[in-house]
Amino acid sequence: MKVLAFVRSLNWSARIGLGIIVFFGFCAAFAPWLAPYGESEIVGDVWEPIGGEFLFGTDIIGRDLLSRLIFGARNTIVLALLTTACSFTLGALMGFLAATMGGWVDQVLSRIVDIIISVPTLICALIVVSAVGTSFFVLATVIGIIYAMPVYRIARAVAMDVEVMDYVEAARLRGEGLWWIMKREILPNTMTPLAAEFGLRYCFVFLLISGLSFLGLGLQPPLADWGAMVRSNSEGIAWGYLHPLIPAACIALLTIGINLLVDSLVHKASGLRDDH
Amino acid sequence: MTDQLLEMNDVLIEADIDGHWKPIVNHLSMTLKRGEIIGLIGESGAGKSTFGLCALGYTKPGCRIASGSIKLDGVELVGQPESALRKIRGNKVAYVAQSAAASFNPAHTLLEQFSEAPVQHGKMKTSEAAVRGRELYRQLDLPEPDTIGERYPHQVSGGQLQRAMTAMALGSNPDIIIFDEPTTALDVTTQIEVLSAIKEAVKARNVAGIYITHDLAVVAQMADRIMVLRYGDLIEEGNAREMLANPREDYTRRLLAVRNLREHKIHGDGINVLLEVKEVTARYPGTKIDVLQDISVKVEKGKTVAVVGESGSGKSTLARVITGLLPPSAGQVIFKGESLPASLKEKSKENLRSIQMIYQMADVAMNPRQRIREIIGRPLEFYLGKTGDENEARVHELLKQIEIPDHYIDRFPAQLSGGEKQRICIARALAAEPELIICDEVTSALDQLVAEGILDLLQNLQNELNISYLFITHDLATVKAIADDIVVMYQGGIVEQGPKQQILDPPYEDYTELLLSSVPEMDPDWMDGLVERRRRGEAPTAETLRQR
Repeated sequence: MKVLAFVRSLNWSARIGLGIIVFFGFCAAFAPWLAPYGESEIVGDVWEPIGGEFLFGTDIIGRDLLSRLIFGARNTIVLALLTTACSFTLGALMGFLAATMGGWVDQVLSRIVDIIISVPTLICALIVVSAVGTSFFVLATVIGIIYAMPVYRIARAVAMDVEVMDYVEAARLRGEGLWWIMKREILPNTMTPLAAEFGLRYCFVFLLISGLSFLGLGLQPPLADWGAMVRSNSEGIAWGYLHPLIPAACIALLTIGINLLVDSLVHKASGLRDDH
Repeated sequence: MTDQLLEMNDVLIEADIDGHWKPIVNHLSMTLKRGEIIGLIGESGAGKSTFGLCALGYTKPGCRIASGSIKLDGVELVGQPESALRKIRGNKVAYVAQSAAASFNPAHTLLEQFSEAPVQHGKMKTSEAAVRGRELYRQLDLPEPDTIGERYPHQVSGGQLQRAMTAMALGSNPDIIIFDEPTTALDVTTQIEVLSAIKEAVKARNVAGIYITHDLAVVAQMADRIMVLRYGDLIEEGNAREMLANPREDYTRRLLAVRNLREHKIHGDGINVLLEVKEVTARYPGTKIDVLQDISVKVEKGKTVAVVGESGSGKSTLARVITGLLPPSAGQVIFKGESLPASLKEKSKENLRSIQMIYQMADVAMNPRQRIREIIGRPLEFYLGKTGDENEARVHELLKQIEIPDHYIDRFPAQLSGGEKQRICIARALAAEPELIICDEVTSALDQLVAEGILDLLQNLQNELNISYLFITHDLATVKAIADDIVVMYQGGIVEQGPKQQILDPPYEDYTELLLSSVPEMDPDWMDGLVERRRRGEAPTAETLRQR
């Protein structure tokens, strides 16, 4: 019922966004049953045409593109979700800590973040990943930490706005501890902007993973992920094949879907409304 | 009927509430002659601002003028396109808002902003506008009228800014000025300066005014006629003097009665000192000015001490020192015979429990994401270890004590009215079973009748539970109503202190007299008389005190 009420509260563009996300999520969850062929199974000739025997044709070594897209949704979306969750937990915790404690804690944390943030994201990720390897877990952690930095900035900024409220002062005067103030007073009141930010960050993480895959430092073959599929099939463009554009379009579509949903959440969060 | 400048006839304004159009101004009519000032008075939600603003042909977003006619100088405004209305606004009809600080652009000087409207409307050149600006600044009694226009909004005081805004409104020679609570955010001593300056300037130019306020005593000084509004309906309309002398409606009578004092108070049991602030000096970290200098205050058990002063007098800082939010640089705070630790972190739970605080803005004093159950229940759990059913039962008891219906327990703060919110804050403080409650301007954000109810409640609770109050306020009417002892503060020091009768009866200390004499009275001749006496040097003014 709550889900239904939530959907009903959204405007049309947000519903479209939600639909796109749910669709890809569904593909990811039921990949083995949905995909007509295996993830790395070679099923025919190379560059089979789009719309023929294979709906999206075959790739550079003759694997079914549709199947790989469906399996790729799994790796890409799950990895991105895990990474974003990781960056939010870390970033928000640090941000709240800096805002609530202030003083040198704030200074030290902020300067560390400044340093990390001053290195371009992709380069930072490249250096670390090429040094420590490209397993699923390492990728999630590394990108998670890198993207925790912008999250820290936002979490700190919104928490500072909340921190000066009288109800936080009232909690301090009551003698409440740091953890309680962060969890019960600050977190619930920063939830809406943070949730909106979550959607945006998710897109960035997603794009960074695709970018890393494109450079050959993401998930390793034969595991399918959308970024890597664009890269490995990019040669096809030179021969006039449109195959690499299909995974690229999937990336674009999911990004648009998330943004449509997030935009409406941000809009709802910024407008005046009753919270009940 | 040509002398009618503004004719509003049977105006119905509706607001979009959850998708339905509901009337918020209910078929009201008003006429205004040149040079006349009409006062619109009512509590929040009365529709007074909405009605006043529609003289500009303007409604707030989400509202619409559903029917009726608004004629300005014979020209119908309803149905005019936005572009035509824009020519009228700021030109024929000008507007002075409540918060001048929020209405000025902080990035431009006063004179730049003054010139904007007349130059844009093509009425004068920039140089002419500057001359006119200086002239108006002089007329409104602003200090250094020739150069003050070069300052930025943050470089002048609140009262001066409000006058600069009035100058701006007068700048393009409007026929009507709408004043929307222009002095509500000001101290009493500043309020009178602004009021008398506005009144003089408006009268001198034969400009008509619509004066919107919730304060009947203020409107008594300004208006020729008064309209009392409530829930979008007209309660009473008439000549100001007649209405004040002879209110016809019960509601008007209640508004008039609010300022009267009540004297039915059971006194505390004597010499039992609960809290003693001893020779405290304090400054904010990183500053070099002592905002409190050598302050000593005593609060007896079961009594109310009122700390009075204007903004900047240090009265709120005193509260921060007592609670431990701001450790003093000298002196100590003694509670029940024991010296309290200076900083919050060193205080025991017992210390914290026995001194509670109620804030001015109930809106931000409660976490908007917590239900009433949790807001009141948390101190019960935290200090007294009450959980589960025991906690719930006590919350219900407290709700009963503050006269809030039982089913409110599941509501969020946003679902309550201003007065109800403040009651919940009182319940939260009571939940800790404190011996002293610090009340920081607890009624100043509330409508008069609601504030009355809160003061009554606090009084009853004191009689019942023998709690002491430290009442911080700038409102002398509140002080008269509830204080036993009074401490008058000015610029971080204590001017005088003692029992209420001693402070409030003559002979007065100069500053106390200034404060007392600045509180508007219902008598329509009060302000003119006072200004006259001050001019002759018979009564102290803020200026003479500052020079000392």
